[in-house]
Amino acid sequence: MTATRLAKGGYIDRDQLLNFTWDGRTLHGHAGDSLASALLASNQQVLGRSFKYHRPRGLMSAGVEESGALVTIGRGDHRDANVRATTQELYAGLVAQGQNAWPSVRFDAGSISNLFGRFLAAGFYYKTFMGLPPFEWGSGTGMWMRYEKIIRKAAGMGEASRSPDPDHYEHAHGYCDVLVVGSGPAGRGAALTAAKAGVDVILVEQEAILGGDTLAQPQAADNLADQIKALKGAGVRIMARTTAFGLYDGGVAGLLERVTDHLAEPPMWMPRQRCWTLRARYTVLATGALERHVAFGNNDRPGIMTANAARVYLNRFAVRAGENIVIATNNDSAYAGAAELAQAGASIQILDARKSIPDAIRAQAADAHAALRTGAAPLMAHGAKGITALDIAGQHAANWREAGKTDCDLLLVSGGWSPVVNLLSHRGVKPVWDADLACFVPGQTNEPLSMAGSAAGIWNDNACLLSGQAAAERAVAHLGGAQGSSAAPAPGGWQGAITPLYEVKVPGRQLKSFVDPQHDVTTEDIRLAHREGYVSVEHLKRYTTLGMATDQGKMGNIIGLALMAEALGKEIPQVGTTTFRPPYTPVSLGALKGRNVGNHFRALRRTPLHEWNLEHGGTMTMAGLWHRPWYFARSGETIGDAYVREAQTVRRTVGLCDVTSLGKIAIQGPDSTELLNRIYSNPFAKLPIGKARYGIMLRDDGFVMDDGTTWHLRESEYFMTTTTAHAGKVMAFLEELLQTRWTDLRVHVTSVSEQWAGVAVAGPKSRQVLESCVENPAAVSDANLPFMGVLETTLKGKVPCRIARISFSGERAFEVYLPSDFCPDIMDALWESARSMNGCLYGLEALGALRIEKGHVTGAELDGRVTIEDAGLGRMASDKKPYIGSALRKRPDMARDNRPRLVGIFPRDRREIFNAGSLLCAPDHIEGYGEGWITAVTHSPALGHWIGLGFISGGHSQWHDKTVVCADPIRKGNTAVEIVSPHMFDPDGERMYG
Amino acid sequence: MLRIPCPFCGTRDHSEFSYGGDASVEYPALEAPAEAWLEAVFQRDNIDGVQLETWQHLHGCRMWIVVERDTRSHEIHSVRPAHEGLASALAQSADPVNES
Repeated sequence: MTATRLAKGGYIDRDQLLNFTWDGRTLHGHAGDSLASALLASNQQVLGRSFKYHRPRGLMSAGVEESGALVTIGRGDHRDANVRATTQELYAGLVAQGQNAWPSVRFDAGSISNLFGRFLAAGFYYKTFMGLPPFEWGSGTGMWMRYEKIIRKAAGMGEASRSPDPDHYEHAHGYCDVLVVGSGPAGRGAALTAAKAGVDVILVEQEAILGGDTLAQPQAADNLADQIKALKGAGVRIMARTTAFGLYDGGVAGLLERVTDHLAEPPMWMPRQRCWTLRARYTVLATGALERHVAFGNNDRPGIMTANAARVYLNRFAVRAGENIVIATNNDSAYAGAAELAQAGASIQILDARKSIPDAIRAQAADAHAALRTGAAPLMAHGAKGITALDIAGQHAANWREAGKTDCDLLLVSGGWSPVVNLLSHRGVKPVWDADLACFVPGQTNEPLSMAGSAAGIWNDNACLLSGQAAAERAVAHLGGAQGSSAAPAPGGWQGAITPLYEVKVPGRQLKSFVDPQHDVTTEDIRLAHREGYVSVEHLKRYTTLGMATDQGKMGNIIGLALMAEALGKEIPQVGTTTFRPPYTPVSLGALKGRNVGNHFRALRRTPLHEWNLEHGGTMTMAGLWHRPWYFARSGETIGDAYVREAQTVRRTVGLCDVTSLGKIAIQGPDSTELLNRIYSNPFAKLPIGKARYGIMLRDDGFVMDDGTTWHLRESEYFMTTTTAHAGKVMAFLEELLQTRWTDLRVHVTSVSEQWAGVAVAGPKSRQVLESCVENPAAVSDANLPFMGVLETTLKGKVPCRIARISFSGERAFEVYLPSDFCPDIMDALWESARSMNGCLYGLEALGALRIEKGHVTGAELDGRVTIEDAGLGRMASDKKPYIGSALRKRPDMARDNRPRLVGIFPRDRREIFNAGSLLCAPDHIEGYGEGWITAVTHSPALGHWIGLGFISGGHSQWHDKTVVCADPIRKGNTAVEIVSPHMFDPDGERMYG
Repeated sequence: MLRIPCPFCGTRDHSEFSYGGDASVEYPALEAPAEAWLEAVFQRDNIDGVQLETWQHLHGCRMWIVVERDTRSHEIHSVRPAHEGLASALAQSADPVNES
């Protein structure tokens, strides 16, 4: 193949010379080139090695369907593998490399596997699991693991960088009235018509410049530039380098905008790519059609490409792809290019598979001074690394037979055209086979969506324009609330009919004919799959991997279907087609994740005391979305030292802990008491004003949903606290009940979690700390504020606050809620007072130690599978009133007395440590799920050894006198433990109530 | 992506909403027997067609709504507030939110 850059023409800037590197060599192209056109103009023919057989591959197309020229772009961590050279814009300094080859794509040691091709036929992976034929030896997973290493090394594609992606990406959102996909004649017609009707239009084009198929045609006196100017003038929003990769429900399209992939040195502030969620009220798909290949011997050789690709290279990029060209076609579309290539100086032979062709088409061949043979087709290509000659087949009755040989350096193939129905297929609309046009055309849909142009099977430019305009008229009518009835041109438009041609073969001749070149699926693989009993197209696809490569069958699917239909003795529509799914072309994971990486992976919630905690030496940990203080280490302390000291200090003097993350809900209205009495399992009807009560909520199914305290502030106002984890769930459930089930209750619920900051003041000296900070110290006396008492008062500085004497730690303790804006100042005052009493700040780890000692449950225990009895709180549940979950908590299985019950756990040897997550087993039966599990462990400063909470079938009474094994096979091993009451410290609560 | 026309806020992405459940379920009185609650909590039809669902506009107005959705096409036929009093008040409102 001898390609030549023409002296004029094309959409390239000859004044801008761009150097780039291909496999270590410096080459050059021009601004406006694709990497493919620049490589072609530099006469680089072998651009890749095939997936399994390492066959040399070159350019097969000029667009997104490319299956041969897959290359790796960039260096180091910016490396991007499996990039189609045809869609990569050239820039100065671009570095590209061939893939799946060593040492290079031109000399590839791996190509020897071509010789062992028979072992890599259809279903190879499946068969390897079964054993290697013919002896069926070495079957099974163990052997597979060994083969896999070798196969993966030999068969493959580009290699990704193993470092984190250094580029950044963005998500963006958009809205429009009409989305037009594709800027060919139909897309431009649709966009202009719709915009002129006054609606908001977005036109997306996957290429860098607008034009679509128009770019493949000779330039007609700047007509295209005028049309683009008109589009802009009419207010069309144009998004180039943007692919509509998926269509979703509700008129939502996924767009991938390649922002900097074409820039030599992208500015730091620009995202590499932007993933758009675009909501359109009407969508026009003018996505064009892709030209098909034909299966014949060595049809994958470099120097064989689609007829339209050569036209694109000639007219858009001003590269004549060969000198001595054979064009093999079965339809009219290849003839226009023949004349243009001849005019550019190439000699042309045309093989037309049709027996008779229209006179006008014959005249086009004459214009090209082409030798025209009808009833002829390519049979086998010669040449090791590029085509040098072609064996020709001639039609003889219904069969092909050998009919000579000709030299050539470029073979252009047109096997017909396949409308790009992919996006419509994403909407679940099956394409319909049109036997006259030998292609799938779009099926009917009720959605606000139209197909236009060659995507609808319309082959004639003018008719494409009309169909685009008609689609726009339907869109505008739809937006106006009317039914559009603009008649679109009928599909078709060639002068002569197409003669379907999928494979050329002659009896008795072995040919290597590729159906899916990217996955090395041959015609024989399809037939082998059929012989082995695969009849469904979906199974065929998975067995042969046909259409499963990065091009998703754009080049080969129809040929595969046709061969399967032939093998089955059926027609193509009876075999069916596989469903196209998003994305239309590959989308990088980076674009899909956008900015949601690292700390932005999920939302982060900080309490108003966050900075204060950090300033006072807090180490933070994640609790759901919240950042909470974990422990406050003094110099030299480990986390273990710190939390043990903190827990000890709380039991000896006093500690302060940020508990802002607890959920807080204001419950207001005359029926508030009734609401609470219905949702809590324990009685709330008679909770006096100025008192708080610990309550447990169940779900409808009778399992525990959440626990917390609710404070009665005024006649018709309560303040509810929930666990950190279930704050949102409880709030939504209350709203659901009030809006759907109990619409007669006059209650309003408001989340006030953000409005109130919370501090736990816990320890024997907690009252003294409060006394020093409130305006009226007498208000917090034991008499005024007994256990579970609630007080609304003011802190020094006239800051209003809510205080309840509630204890999670088991000590005399208070929860103080402050308006969020004031809390750092108040915290300073509390801390000054606490510090003077040898108090401490404590974090989640000490909080955990204190509550485990007391057997107080949290989310670790209330995991949604636990009944109120399981949690040891069954006595609290009321028998006198109905409430949410009261009916179903009495189900027989939930009353089983061998259900797992909450217990405390001590190591038998008190010096031992054990882990949360371990299973509890009987010593003679360490297997399966065991008898229970451990939910939380801590070192207990009060008891001086490790303790845990967990669940075990039957609970404490079943196991208190037996040895139990804490099984932890993959971490620590087994530990002998004792089952004790969960109330491991101060079981009578003297410290808390006193 | 579903686009749900919230009766209070207008059409929004479904990612602003949270799915509730089967809106055709009539929850029994709290004191009803376990059998009635078993039916309401666990028995669900797997509808191939149009069904009524509750959704909450969680990241919007936080209102619970009843959505009539076709499970085959995801087409949404109607939307109304779950609270009947609000639904009738909204219907009488002079300036209902544009649903398009």
